[in-house]
Amino acid sequence: MADALSVTSVNELRGILHGLPGVDQVGVEARAARLGTRSVKNESKARAVDLAISMVDLTSLEGADTPGKVRALCAKAVHTAPGAPTVGAVCVYPDLVKVAVDALRGSGVGVASVATAFPAGRAPLAVKLEDTRQAVADGASEIDMVIDRGAFLTGDYAKVYDEITAVKEACGAAHLKVILETGELATYDNVRRASWLAMLAGADFIKTSTGKIQPAATAPVVLLMLQAVRDFRERHGRTVGVKPAGGIRTTKDAIRMLVLVNEVAGPDWLDPRLFRIGASSLLNDLLMQREKFATGVYSGPDYFTLD
Amino acid sequence: MMSEMFEYAPAPESRSAVRIEDSYGLFVDGEFVSAKRTFPTIDPATEEVLAEVAEAGAEEVDLAVAAARTAFERVWGPMSGRERAKYLYRIARIIQERSRELAVLESIDNGKPIRETRDFDLPQAAAHFFYHAGWADKLEYAGYGTTPIGVAGQIIPWNFPLLMLAWKIAPALACGNTVVLKPAETTPLTALAFADICRQAELPPGVVNIVTGGPQTGRLLVEHPGVDKIAFTGSTEVGRAIARAVVGTGKRLGLELGGKGANIVFDDAPLDQAVEGIVDSIFFNQGQVCCAGSRLLVQESVAEELLARLKERTATLRLGDPLDKNTDVGAINSAAQLARISELTASGEAEGAERWSPECALPERGFWFAPTILTGVALSHRVAREEIFGPVLSVLTFRTPAEAVEKANNTPYGLSAGVWTEKGSRILSMAQKLRAGVVWANTFNRFDPASPFGGYKESGFGREGGRQGLEAYLAQ
Repeated sequence: MADALSVTSVNELRGILHGLPGVDQVGVEARAARLGTRSVKNESKARAVDLAISMVDLTSLEGADTPGKVRALCAKAVHTAPGAPTVGAVCVYPDLVKVAVDALRGSGVGVASVATAFPAGRAPLAVKLEDTRQAVADGASEIDMVIDRGAFLTGDYAKVYDEITAVKEACGAAHLKVILETGELATYDNVRRASWLAMLAGADFIKTSTGKIQPAATAPVVLLMLQAVRDFRERHGRTVGVKPAGGIRTTKDAIRMLVLVNEVAGPDWLDPRLFRIGASSLLNDLLMQREKFATGVYSGPDYFTLD
Repeated sequence: MMSEMFEYAPAPESRSAVRIEDSYGLFVDGEFVSAKRTFPTIDPATEEVLAEVAEAGAEEVDLAVAAARTAFERVWGPMSGRERAKYLYRIARIIQERSRELAVLESIDNGKPIRETRDFDLPQAAAHFFYHAGWADKLEYAGYGTTPIGVAGQIIPWNFPLLMLAWKIAPALACGNTVVLKPAETTPLTALAFADICRQAELPPGVVNIVTGGPQTGRLLVEHPGVDKIAFTGSTEVGRAIARAVVGTGKRLGLELGGKGANIVFDDAPLDQAVEGIVDSIFFNQGQVCCAGSRLLVQESVAEELLARLKERTATLRLGDPLDKNTDVGAINSAAQLARISELTASGEAEGAERWSPECALPERGFWFAPTILTGVALSHRVAREEIFGPVLSVLTFRTPAEAVEKANNTPYGLSAGVWTEKGSRILSMAQKLRAGVVWANTFNRFDPASPFGGYKESGFGREGGRQGLEAYLAQ
């Protein structure tokens, strides 16, 4: 619990979260839209594409996932393209962590696992903690937990806080990403409060979404979360990462995200240790654009593997 | 300011979208005619001469007013509102079709960033024509009668050349008046492009006449006995002179003058959006906006935090080539304006305010002024009272809502104000107490053709836009 700040009472927690400045919906959406029109230099774009590749959490979270599917995903994570960096991590369900760990041994690519009864999070705390411990025991280096949105929406911040600290403890050395599921929190004020709540409770990363709920990683939501990590570091001195996930499919989307990172949180966050993009189909688009920058021409989708 | 990873490309909008002639005549009675004298118009970002423009003298102003009178009596006045609307709709559509060209031309002649001409000036200008086209056949429901006044003499400023033209011409034409418009001396080109649009729309000759020139041309137009109504947007000083000239002549008058808008931030405001709003309120169009929020009034309990964020944000603004799509702050419109901004800002420093600007390289040629924040400003300083009309923000603090109102209203101007708070009841009570024509809540510098705009006190009288804006062009 080293990273959790000591918050002594429920009222204090409520006081902190409700004391955060409000968010004006029109204003934050206008700002996010305006940043979307920045035009990035081609050489910078080529570097941005490689950076984005190294930030991808290559994800498969389907009921139909099998060891074979996960092994193929891991191969893709390592062999992105000649000369291209590997992705940040592979993200799978807890029962497939072992398969991924075996497939990625020695590659430097991390294994992330969703835990805590992902995606709904509707299970007893003991189950969630066991879910986490098992994934960590199997070798996961990163845990993506979901918060209890029901508790958050009823104002029971203490319950959400306690759950995060407990999961953080169960993680041990593994990094904890806390999924806010912003699509269910509905308001921007809630996004800001949930971000602070997760950071106060010790999150290493705050993550937008499970990918199972729409809307997911919208630009205004990511902008708010980047502001939150920036302000949190200013106030408490600890640097927390951000992971947008869900709906980021094209290189253009990814570069827009990086522009947000650069202008809102600052260049410190242009680093796979502090910014990840949860995605499955994004990687191939990044690879296609990468080849375009290198050769000047696009090749067809048939030249990119579909794992 | 930017990390090396992210260099934004110079993304210049192509100049090839627009062809600038070597010289331009006056637009009188549907034709371009030459004048005895000419004057140059320059690109304020490079100081290059763009074109020679005709300067209308007494004879040319006479011709223009006569053409407008004839068109009013024979064609435009008697025409049904439904028919007039067709022309206005056509003009609006042509503005949309030619918006890229017009945006580039405006940025070149004025110095403002292409992002603003493209995303603000042009869409708003087209919207004004669409909006007023809709009124043309419904005037009897507006409540000001349906009788036009006659010939309107209109004088517009250089800060939003084409948009101010639209604000003036669209309602005048919708109500059945004809116009003689004088664009600002430093920004005549989009008005002349508009003359071409009138021809393209086959607007009857004489309905719109454009006379370019300086203060002398303006004076001739104001004092011309054939003009029934004067509409002016510009400085309070010139507005006073016009008011004196018009007294006793029976001419109708509308003035939209200067401002020293207060942007009031309470401690419960959405701070990040307030920072954006402050940036929009004072650095939009290099602060050359009559309704700019040039005085920031911030509650003392959040002043330090807000200013730190504001400075951080201001440091990310990109100043440079107006035609670059990534540019946030363009060139100052003229050497004279730059001198005025520099002088007033220096006076603020001399009187005890603390001056801050981000590190920001200014191009060698052209007229540039870095975004500037003056803190520790008191109401007695000139920078708190006089309109700077540049990217210079004067920051004052307050302790209570009553003090905020008192300070905000303590100015001879009364054009705009902003209120930032999450408390709806406070927004409403502040809006009632602020003596300003426009009060924005949790936003700043937002416009819509349906929303009337205008000032109190020395910021002028009369409203433009909305149903209320029609009154200025109807005889009742």
